[in-house]
Amino acid sequence: MSTSPFTFSFDDRAVPAEDGQSVAAALIASGIRSWRVTRVEGRPRGVFCGIGVCFDCLVTINGSPNQRACVIEAHPGDVVRTQEGAGRADLAC
Amino acid sequence: MGAACAYYCTAAGLRVEVVERGAIGGGTSGAGEGNILVSDKAPGPELELALLSSRLWRELGAELGAEALEYEAKGGVVVAGSAETAEGLRRFTAGQRASGVHATDIGPDELFALEPRLTREAVGGAHYPQDAQVQPVLATAHLLRHARRRGARVHCGTRVTGFVRDRHDAVIGVRTDSPTAPVRHARWVINAAGTWAGELAGLAGAPVPVLPRRGFVLVTEPLPRVVRHKVYTAEYVANVASGDAGLETSVVVEGTRGGTVLIGASRERVGFDREISLPVLRRLAAQAIGLFPFLSGVSLLRSYLGFRPYCPDHLPVIGPDPRAPGLLHACGHEGAGIGLASATGHLLAQRLTGAEPDLDLTPFRPQRFAEATA
Repeated sequence: MSTSPFTFSFDDRAVPAEDGQSVAAALIASGIRSWRVTRVEGRPRGVFCGIGVCFDCLVTINGSPNQRACVIEAHPGDVVRTQEGAGRADLAC
Repeated sequence: MGAACAYYCTAAGLRVEVVERGAIGGGTSGAGEGNILVSDKAPGPELELALLSSRLWRELGAELGAEALEYEAKGGVVVAGSAETAEGLRRFTAGQRASGVHATDIGPDELFALEPRLTREAVGGAHYPQDAQVQPVLATAHLLRHARRRGARVHCGTRVTGFVRDRHDAVIGVRTDSPTAPVRHARWVINAAGTWAGELAGLAGAPVPVLPRRGFVLVTEPLPRVVRHKVYTAEYVANVASGDAGLETSVVVEGTRGGTVLIGASRERVGFDREISLPVLRRLAAQAIGLFPFLSGVSLLRSYLGFRPYCPDHLPVIGPDPRAPGLLHACGHEGAGIGLASATGHLLAQRLTGAEPDLDLTPFRPQRFAEATA
């Protein structure tokens, strides 16, 4: 795997990543362990299964909520944000 | 259905054993949406059953805990996309109101106040505050839990393989495939085998034409409370009552306590075929987006399918079977089984304890199909 380091932003903070690295792996490597709070009780969530099955590591990437951080590769300039609940507050009415 | 029968029969003081082929709620009940609807029924015996059921579910919600069942009296909203459909709907609601249904004809402004994200192409509709919902597997489990507390025994993973008859040929129990409980004697046996009830009735030599009608349901990612009611198009009613064998889709969209939005409801007569049909899922999704355009930006998590147990005349089969004394049926409720389960269990318990049933069971009699061909 080539290793050309770049950064993406997580909640307005620059996070270093390498080609092919998942968003979750890059966040963990930077000491960030949670990037979602649950819908009902607002509890923190991050990686659980790490293989795309459990949907615990959901996060908002470039404005799209409910992306699995553990299977999505980081890209230079990605804007990653902590997901509050369902991440679809824009739809509430 | 079986759980509701066990609940009401034990409440009436009867001793009950439940024989379940698989897991609780794992056959017909768990494959639906948990609808408790009066809105989709035309005046007649099924509507009367639905009105009684609606009242009984409200009582069950109070007794068993609305939270536990995820019972929600969310109300239904029926949407008309054209002036012609709206006119037909107004005639339909007038008939329902005369039969005791609470139904209010509403215009676009009231529609959008009830459902802010609804398509602006809607021209009118109706609001049905009596429509409600439960989570079907939870409801089934809690009904059985209460029945067990009152002494019911439940045999899961046990298949009924035949009936025990006395020398007068009356049904006095069932045979099962269980090595520990191969014969269960009973004064009465209720056939509540869902979409497989026709097969079971056949084993008793008292056939009822309960057949499978396949329906898919789509499940979205969890959302905030965006869809507030059970929302469907006026065409749904026509499809429920249809005798057409081909695919019919008329979309029903509703939010759930869990946040996911459920999108139904297709109806196809394809036997017990469990193959996923992408064209059907696509059509449901497109119709849902037609009703709620914001859904075009929402992901689906999964779909599921179930087999709705229907009879050719679209009425359920409820009551004692004169062809097999001792056998009663509680089946054939098509896509309304959860909704109609409370009244069905209640009426059968009344019948078995000699009380005067709250509703006349004659329209639901099991031998009506044989009469029709005689």
